[in-house]
Amino acid sequence: MRRAVITGMGIYSCIGVTLYEVGNSLFEGKSGIGIDPVRKEYGYRSPLTGIVPKPILKPFLDRRLRSCLAEECEYAFMATKDAFQDAGIDTDYLENNEVGIFYGNDSSAKAVIDANNTIVEMKDTMMLGSGAIFQSMNSTVTMNLSTIFKLRGINMTVSAACASGSHSVGLGMMFIRQGLQDMVVCGGAQETNYLSMGSFDGLSAFSTRVDNPTAASRPFDASRDGLVPSGGAATIILEEYDHAVKRGARIYGEVVGYGFSSNGGQISQPSDVGCEIAMTRAMADAGVSVRDIDYVNAHATSTPQGDAFEAMALDRLFASAGTPISSTKSMTGHECWMAGASEIVYSMIMMQNSFIAPNINFEHPDEHSQNLNIITKARKQQLNTILSNSFGFGGTNSAIVIKKL
Amino acid sequence: MKREEIIEKVNEFLVEEIEIAPELIKDDALLKDDLKIDSLDFVDIVVIVQKVFGFKIKPEDMGTVKTLGQFYDYIEEKVK
Repeated sequence: MRRAVITGMGIYSCIGVTLYEVGNSLFEGKSGIGIDPVRKEYGYRSPLTGIVPKPILKPFLDRRLRSCLAEECEYAFMATKDAFQDAGIDTDYLENNEVGIFYGNDSSAKAVIDANNTIVEMKDTMMLGSGAIFQSMNSTVTMNLSTIFKLRGINMTVSAACASGSHSVGLGMMFIRQGLQDMVVCGGAQETNYLSMGSFDGLSAFSTRVDNPTAASRPFDASRDGLVPSGGAATIILEEYDHAVKRGARIYGEVVGYGFSSNGGQISQPSDVGCEIAMTRAMADAGVSVRDIDYVNAHATSTPQGDAFEAMALDRLFASAGTPISSTKSMTGHECWMAGASEIVYSMIMMQNSFIAPNINFEHPDEHSQNLNIITKARKQQLNTILSNSFGFGGTNSAIVIKKL
Repeated sequence: MKREEIIEKVNEFLVEEIEIAPELIKDDALLKDDLKIDSLDFVDIVVIVQKVFGFKIKPEDMGTVKTLGQFYDYIEEKVK
């Protein structure tokens, strides 16, 4: 069977904008959460957010290309540029080979709202300029990245709420396994502006622990009071194993399992059964058992409900094995459409450097997390096989298993 | 507004916002072939002209405007 391996990664996040910076933050348990005062003025319950620096694009992209980029595309460009470089892929390669893209994204709210405001003010759609349409569509990330990097393979955005990035990796793996592509750009992007998360804040889903922002995201902890929105972008270059070996690429690991499920229930209701099915399928696809998994990167976002249902599923599968578990969202906040991809990057950094990043702010378990082996301080440990979970609104679930080669 | 001022403002936005190389800015430069202004650039130029000169370019007026010099003429006529 054809095998899909990871040969390049790029990350642009609130805990660092290079693999090195992010690795240090993960090891040190450093939070990227802060306060955005504009959110209070705008009417948010919570001003907490991941603080992501604005990318500087002018050295890399001309005006035409920049004008089509919404905020999440700017992040995705930076992550993808670095991922190609990390993989040793240059413009010559891209001009002479077919490369595909599956990238997770599920909103471009600022671009849409800004365009609407201009139309309301000017009563003239021509005043939007040429970039507005290309910034506003949900596929804005893939349409822009495929244009910038001259990609000529599969070209599609994966919109699956907070599991978008994870499904993109699963789909990329399947296209490689099927022989349809030798290289696929996978990833996830998430805008971080105040316009993008108002409706989510309106569900009272966000933590209001404003007195101590870095302690606000506390997955699995008994006193958690909601998630902290965050974002950026993460890119993973997936490649067919023989193809990677032939060109002498460094291989981070092999994507050996993809499991998915849909809860078929109420739109925002998590399901322990749905989580368990996705994880079980991913392990079956990978041909591994629970005891082969050295580390689980949990989806846990720090919401009372979501963490409880994931903990129930993790308890049934991993409690007796004592499998180490952490949610890196304790440091990054919830990177939403990006999270499934970024958490694979975080897990690969851990695998590469033989450590487990902590689930910071986990002080007291609740009845569901009490039997889980949740790692609260960075731990040096060799990781051969990891599992990463991502779940989203509408009951979409995804789990990915990756093995060190 | 004097013609010199119009030329200065047009050249400024062509270089700063449309990112055309300053050495290409000449009266007889063809907008399409020399300055490489395409249909998407034109949409952005409509927005900039509205902000800088306070009128909206009608696409149908541009049929006879081929060079940068003719573009200065067109704006001069409109802002009179």
